[in-house]
Amino acid sequence: MFAWLRDHGIIERNVILMGVLTLITVSIGGLVQIVPLFAVETTIERVSGMRPYTPLELRGRDIYIREGCYVCHSQMVRPFRDELERYGHFSLAAESMYDHPFQWGSKRTGPDLARVGGRYSDDWHAAHLRDPRALVPASIMPPYAFLDRPLDYSDIEARMRALRAVGVPYTDEMIANARADLEAQARPDADPAAFQGRYARARQAAFDGDPTRITEMDALVAYLQMLGTLVDFRDVTPAQLRQP
Amino acid sequence: MASATATAALAPGQASRAQEVGYVEAPIRAFAVITAFWGVVGFLVGVVIALQLAYPLLNLDLEWTTFGRLRPLHTSAVIFAFGGNALLGTSLYVVQRTCRARLFGGDDAAWFLFWGYQFFIVMAALGYVLGITQGKEYAEPEWYVDLWLTFVWVVYLVVFGGTIVKREEPHIYVANWFYLAFIITIAMLHIGNNLHVPVSLGSSASYSVPAGVQSAMIQWWYGHNAVGFFLTAGFLGMMYYFIPKQAERPVYSYRLSIVHFWTLIFLYIWAGPHHLHYTALPDWAQVLGMVFSVVLWMPSWGGMINGLMTLSGAWDKLRTNPALRFSVTAVGFYGMSTFEGPVMSIRAVNGLSHYTDWTIGHVHSGAMGWVGFITFGALYYLFPVLWRKKGVWSEKLIAWHFWLATLGIVFYITAMWVSGIMQGLMWRAYDELGFLQYAFVETVEAMHPYYVIRALGGVLYLTGALIMCFNLWKTVTDSEAAEPAPAASPAIAAAAE
Repeated sequence: MFAWLRDHGIIERNVILMGVLTLITVSIGGLVQIVPLFAVETTIERVSGMRPYTPLELRGRDIYIREGCYVCHSQMVRPFRDELERYGHFSLAAESMYDHPFQWGSKRTGPDLARVGGRYSDDWHAAHLRDPRALVPASIMPPYAFLDRPLDYSDIEARMRALRAVGVPYTDEMIANARADLEAQARPDADPAAFQGRYARARQAAFDGDPTRITEMDALVAYLQMLGTLVDFRDVTPAQLRQP
Repeated sequence: MASATATAALAPGQASRAQEVGYVEAPIRAFAVITAFWGVVGFLVGVVIALQLAYPLLNLDLEWTTFGRLRPLHTSAVIFAFGGNALLGTSLYVVQRTCRARLFGGDDAAWFLFWGYQFFIVMAALGYVLGITQGKEYAEPEWYVDLWLTFVWVVYLVVFGGTIVKREEPHIYVANWFYLAFIITIAMLHIGNNLHVPVSLGSSASYSVPAGVQSAMIQWWYGHNAVGFFLTAGFLGMMYYFIPKQAERPVYSYRLSIVHFWTLIFLYIWAGPHHLHYTALPDWAQVLGMVFSVVLWMPSWGGMINGLMTLSGAWDKLRTNPALRFSVTAVGFYGMSTFEGPVMSIRAVNGLSHYTDWTIGHVHSGAMGWVGFITFGALYYLFPVLWRKKGVWSEKLIAWHFWLATLGIVFYITAMWVSGIMQGLMWRAYDELGFLQYAFVETVEAMHPYYVIRALGGVLYLTGALIMCFNLWKTVTDSEAAEPAPAASPAIAAAAE
């Protein structure tokens, strides 16, 4: 049964052969699992409503990643009854199609955030981030009061261009107006027409409670408040959700 | 044939050949010392973040010390700094001895690897604390750090492969198959998962090329095989050298080594999607991940049997050689983790275990029990050999280290089993009226006692490691020198048998 093993001596005497055979052996699984995800079109559901992040939301997402929020919060509602009731509709692949990289997470030390958008007020989020235990006494989340500092958005165009290079459909117009759009979103009294024309259903607000300055808190709350809100599930049919 | 490979590890008169061949040793001593150092750092940060989860005040209200920034510091310190230096150091030691050849590139190449790898670790760690991260677990270092590591890794492959090419032994010893597979596969995974576009050349930030579901699949293809090839294949190389050496017995089965090697490296790569059960990843990929993860149980236990049965006829050495006790217990923990893993990869089980502390407990039985213990066993073996001593300074302290660490692991994993399963059940519990029984925060509150017990387990494990450092330091400074004639010294004789 194991007679073929005698030939293994050939491989054991030749490091190049052993290295090449190893590389082939370890390549197969990944190729089979990864390549079809790019090739099969139905991997991403055909739902409407997805749009790229606004400049302010994008900077908020950068801060979410910077602070390692993903180590304690998932963004992936599973199709279980209790998760449906606790968090809402299960997450779609389409909902993270502009996430470079994904933020699905792997641990729920805190609750899932895939559909946290709109569940709480802006004031609640800002207060909770500054001092989680003031609002939720049993919370074990670190405090993020330091986010009340000016947001650096000097490289926002470069960030959007990098994202466009990897496939996010930012237009020249969006990039040219990035700063104006970012500032308009953080100021509730700014003229909404141009900004909302570029980013459908984006909300303008003084997310951190102070309309006079744009802070990291503004960006992070703006991001949290749009999570899971883009796809309107009233219009979605089961056929649209079918993956291969 | 069985004896042909076995003699590579147990070749007679090897110690005297150390002078003859002129093995590179000084950088390997440095690797051994830095492994112990980073181990303590990694365990210490682990204790700190475990306590933060029990007592959130310990986040200290500073941006640099929040759990979110320190957790990658802990995982990277343990995996890449402690584990990585152990792998680099032992592989450079083992490849020379089993090939009877001086390291390709000599001292200079080995010193470059040493300092180049430490530079990678420090750059990555500084980034985490300052908030510079790619936001992918175990692949947090940003693009410029990744590029540097790629360069160091290519040099590593050349040095390791070059030494094999100029070997005196006709066969490549089995430990080197595993080390080689580890080096090649980590290169593939590292490059595949770090395809990022920098915001600009002057910016530390970058965005990944794939998005959403594809980036999730690639990340866990990487993430699970960081476990499979960094924390498993590489350390199996360590097992296949240091256990036969300490037990003074050849590897149990040559055929099993071959089957173990090829099946393990083929199957591991498929297991990634079990991290993505019930997510938006298409079902076909999830099912593939589950099936291969369950099948993976077989080669894993084949390797465990090969390691443990190497002690046939030498089990009494467990009583007299406390360092060997570490190596063998490591294989026991390996067997336990590689049984638990396939169970947790079954979708129905994963529905309960995923997102909970059960996963954390599983990882730590592997990391503390397998990776930690096999490394401690190797360090206790290497220090007397590398510093030409008769033996480790105190065998009693090795026994203290062993029992403290074992007790620490038991505390850790039982606390995480209870908290993980409990939290999973609480999330899905309904009351008699059909409403969800618990608010999320109630499930967080219920975790508190287990988080305290877990931190205590970590303190025990850390204490054991500090005892080891003291013992190894005393070995270098105070242990009796091995006599020049190697046969007269127990430690060197063991290497020479």
